[in-house]
Amino acid sequence: MSDITIKPDEQVPPAEVPEMELFHSHSWWTTYVFSQDAKVIAIQYAATAISIGVLALILSWIIRIQLAFPGAVSFIDSQVYYQSVTMHGMIMVVYMLTAILLGGFGNYLIPLMVGARDMVFPFVNMLSYWIYLLATLVLATSYLVPGGPTGAGWTLYPPQSILTGTPGYDYGIIMMLVSLILFIVGFTMGGLNYVVTVLQARARGMTLMRMPLTVWGIFTAAVLALLAFPGLFVACVMLLLDRLAGTSFFMPAIVEFGEHKNYNGGSPILFQHLFWFFGHPEVYIVALPAFGVVSDIISVHARKNIFGYRMMVWAIVAIGVLSLVVWGHHMYVSGMDPTFGFFFAITTLAIAVPTALKVYNWVLTLWRADIHFTTPMLFALGFLVTFLNGGITGLYLGNVIVDVPLSATLFVVAHFHMVMGIAPVLVIFGAIYHWYPKITGRMMNETLGKIHFWITFVGAYAIFFPMHYLGLLGIPRRFYEMGQTAFVPDSAHTLNIFITVMALVVGFVQFIFFYNLFHSLKNGKPSGGNPWRAASLEWQTPETPPGHGNWGETLPVVYRWPYAYSVPGANQDYLPQNMPPIKGEHII
Amino acid sequence: MFAAVMILLVVSGSFVFHFMSPWRATPVASNWGSIDETMALTFIITGAGFLAVGLFLVYCLWRFRHKPGSKADYEPENARLELILTFITTLAVVILLAPGLLVWGQFVTPPENATQIEAVGVQWSWSFRLPGADYQLGTSDVRMIDATNSLGVNPSDPRSADDLIVTDGELHLPVNKAVKVLLRSVDVLHDFYIPQVRAKMDLVPGIVSYLWFTPTNIGEYEILCAAYCGNGHPQMRGKLIVDSDEDYEKWLHAQQTFEQTRKAQQKTIKVGVN
Amino acid sequence: MSFMGVFFLFIYSVMGLYLWQQGILRSDWLKEGDVAYASSGSDFPSLSPQKVGLLVFLSTAGCVFSLLIAAYFMRQGSPDWQLPEMPSILWLNYFLLVVSSCSIQAAYYSALKNHDIQLKNWLLVTGASSLLFLMGQLVAANELQNLGVYTYGNPAASFFYLFTTLHALHLVGGLVALFRTIRKSYRQALGNLIAPSVELCAIYWHFLLFIWTLLFMLLLGKGDALGVICRRVLA
Repeated sequence: MSDITIKPDEQVPPAEVPEMELFHSHSWWTTYVFSQDAKVIAIQYAATAISIGVLALILSWIIRIQLAFPGAVSFIDSQVYYQSVTMHGMIMVVYMLTAILLGGFGNYLIPLMVGARDMVFPFVNMLSYWIYLLATLVLATSYLVPGGPTGAGWTLYPPQSILTGTPGYDYGIIMMLVSLILFIVGFTMGGLNYVVTVLQARARGMTLMRMPLTVWGIFTAAVLALLAFPGLFVACVMLLLDRLAGTSFFMPAIVEFGEHKNYNGGSPILFQHLFWFFGHPEVYIVALPAFGVVSDIISVHARKNIFGYRMMVWAIVAIGVLSLVVWGHHMYVSGMDPTFGFFFAITTLAIAVPTALKVYNWVLTLWRADIHFTTPMLFALGFLVTFLNGGITGLYLGNVIVDVPLSATLFVVAHFHMVMGIAPVLVIFGAIYHWYPKITGRMMNETLGKIHFWITFVGAYAIFFPMHYLGLLGIPRRFYEMGQTAFVPDSAHTLNIFITVMALVVGFVQFIFFYNLFHSLKNGKPSGGNPWRAASLEWQTPETPPGHGNWGETLPVVYRWPYAYSVPGANQDYLPQNMPPIKGEHII
Repeated sequence: MFAAVMILLVVSGSFVFHFMSPWRATPVASNWGSIDETMALTFIITGAGFLAVGLFLVYCLWRFRHKPGSKADYEPENARLELILTFITTLAVVILLAPGLLVWGQFVTPPENATQIEAVGVQWSWSFRLPGADYQLGTSDVRMIDATNSLGVNPSDPRSADDLIVTDGELHLPVNKAVKVLLRSVDVLHDFYIPQVRAKMDLVPGIVSYLWFTPTNIGEYEILCAAYCGNGHPQMRGKLIVDSDEDYEKWLHAQQTFEQTRKAQQKTIKVGVN
Repeated sequence: MSFMGVFFLFIYSVMGLYLWQQGILRSDWLKEGDVAYASSGSDFPSLSPQKVGLLVFLSTAGCVFSLLIAAYFMRQGSPDWQLPEMPSILWLNYFLLVVSSCSIQAAYYSALKNHDIQLKNWLLVTGASSLLFLMGQLVAANELQNLGVYTYGNPAASFFYLFTTLHALHLVGGLVALFRTIRKSYRQALGNLIAPSVELCAIYWHFLLFIWTLLFMLLLGKGDALGVICRRVLA
């Protein structure tokens, strides 16, 4: 039982994985700046994403202050408000979440978790980061051009996004579109790397069904990104042409403030199809890596194997496949052929089934586990609650007729912040606390981590849970002031003030995290190579932090799945993936 | 322990908040009470799911927290349990979806006898057009918009002349009569939204979209724009006034036809030029 | 839309086949031990990482073009749509692209057989015919401009400029790779050492020929035929 025999048809000569040629740096510049080492690129990606994310955080304060105290701060007018909303949304979804989950965690974890020395195309990988940085800088520069950044909303819907009634219609929108095109080009280079590394550079014995769910999540998300970002690319190119070359791809005949425009016959709905063809998979591009990371964190800190690993993998694949055919649920009331509503409601609610199964399996993993309430575990639990809540409100919005009164209200804002704002951000924090020891060789401070967690989690929940009710009441989103509106009671305004106060508190608490992050670099407790006693491959590197090439002399060989915790009969409570099985010792 | 208690508080607090919350949907004032019912059904099913998963999570956190010497079980999978859960979830989804789709079927098929009227959005105000004595609306195109024809009504269409043009943003409708609102925009996306009616639909330049409803309560309601349309988005307001039949007739007679407004405006322009 | 359908059916089938072949449905996933899988550390023994990378990139590029084609079909319905008469030089360009595609394939065969002189010649033919193709496309665009068919106005014309530009940009990217291969072929005597690079170029050229065939059909007004074929495949 203990030692498995390999059937003849599976018996393939266990040749070594061909050693890849590593790029060896010769100077400080090529080691730390123009580095081709995935681990350095990962940190560059993450640092850039977090920096631009801080900008997005500050923008969210502008939004909240305006909503709670309209007119109180003199520089916030409707233009600034809409610019802030747009930049906050776009930065968070694309430049922060996508970049940090795939570019940051993907780069750091994929080679380590599959037992590779590096990404398969290190040069392309480096290029990917620099183009991403350029895209971010172009985006930030739009604050300096006349008219400021675009205020078209993160969906950039034409005709409004390129007409004069919208802030930043002159240069801001051009900068935004150029920046997005750059981002997509850079991201495609990264995505190719993630996918091909998983396909081609896995260590011996690392079958697909022995990959940690983190790799599964990032891999599927990268595949999705490669198929979905073209939608945004095409939309951006065509919109840019409409703006600059006077084409009418999306622009119908329009009379703007009494003036006839030189557009004719275009279809604004075509843009929406292209945009959401990207936009919905984008939700899963962010969510799937988070799903994977959460599975791994829960399993390690509950000292138990992830429950239903196979189902988890199938669910990830099913979500990946389905997510490309549900985009229409963003367009139920867009004026498209209403019969599409039937199709998209069915596909959308179908995707709820694999998603729900994942939630069940996370919770069932905790059943008869041995739960250690470490900071990463707390963040994973916070994710479970916010994702459960956000997933459930998704059922309201996916069910086409229920979406009719709720669409374009604050209910939608609350829903997507809960499900793809708070939930993935909690996972990102959890992942940083979890892998920080591997990256730096030191632990982050647990007490500060727990303070950070509880205020962030409870505060964020208190921001977005009540916000659903403002949406139920009927308050539309993207109103920079409610004005005199009979159906909105004064109590709604009080709630708005409460939400703003919570948002400011939660925002400021993040500086505890930054303090912890930097302070622990020098002063954290030395962690050793595997402080969490985790079984997956990245914790088994000969050095911590892993050196260039990750694995020293020889590549690891994988003997089992990554969740061998508390295996009955084993002599230790976890079995690393690369530990050879000992005859008669542990039975699986 | 602390974590279990906190998460219990969050989960149960959510329910307390739900039932104590003074912020609820506005009282429905149209035939779309069925939307509210579908939503109520959704709440029951999803609320049960939230409670079940949430409480199970709290129980696990409390019961299986680390104690010295405790050891976790090893259970890679349980096909039967997973199958049952798949089945229950699928069933719940079907129960949610089926009534929703039926109501959506009604939503997209306006009744034959519904009066057709038109709502036109422009940055940032609402205008309306109602059929005149011939019960028909003339054709329209934004390319025909000029100083005397702000809605782009086709002057050469014989059905247009008696169309009633309402430009003060105040729409009157008779109570208990189904109305199909044709939606048209001359510039950007807008969205015809009356919270109490529940129905909502985008106005897309270049095409004509529609929605239908039957106002059931006499009263005054606000029309808002629910699709972001630029700087003045929140100020794009209109008013729906649901009248008794007599009041409605009175209002209708006071409105000007397309022909009348055009002549009046041509006159003012001439005066201006002179 | 139907074109997108065919594209995604194809992509999904490839992915599904791969996952199935990798045993994500098999029940022996918990077995311990040194289970060798398909081959020595890579799922596709015959495929180099570069080749897999190229194929993955082609699926992304294919997605871009299939979305453009879907957009073309959606936009086609509007009344202001008027397909301009295509300049006849496009036929010459098409011929040049076919030539470049054939010659790169010939180059690949020569590389395999270590025929260095032929290899260099074929690579140069590919480069030259591709450059001529690009120039021909410029001439065609210029001709249309002279006829008063501009980027703005008629949407069919806008699509012509969009299609040709995006296709040309992809070809320019390919030319960079081709140029590096040519340089390598002059530095390195042994043909079969650079055969893998030549093969990558060949795959890419065939892909671009295939894409241009589709786009050219659309621009010639044969889009409906394409739609019918796609719908039949889906049915």
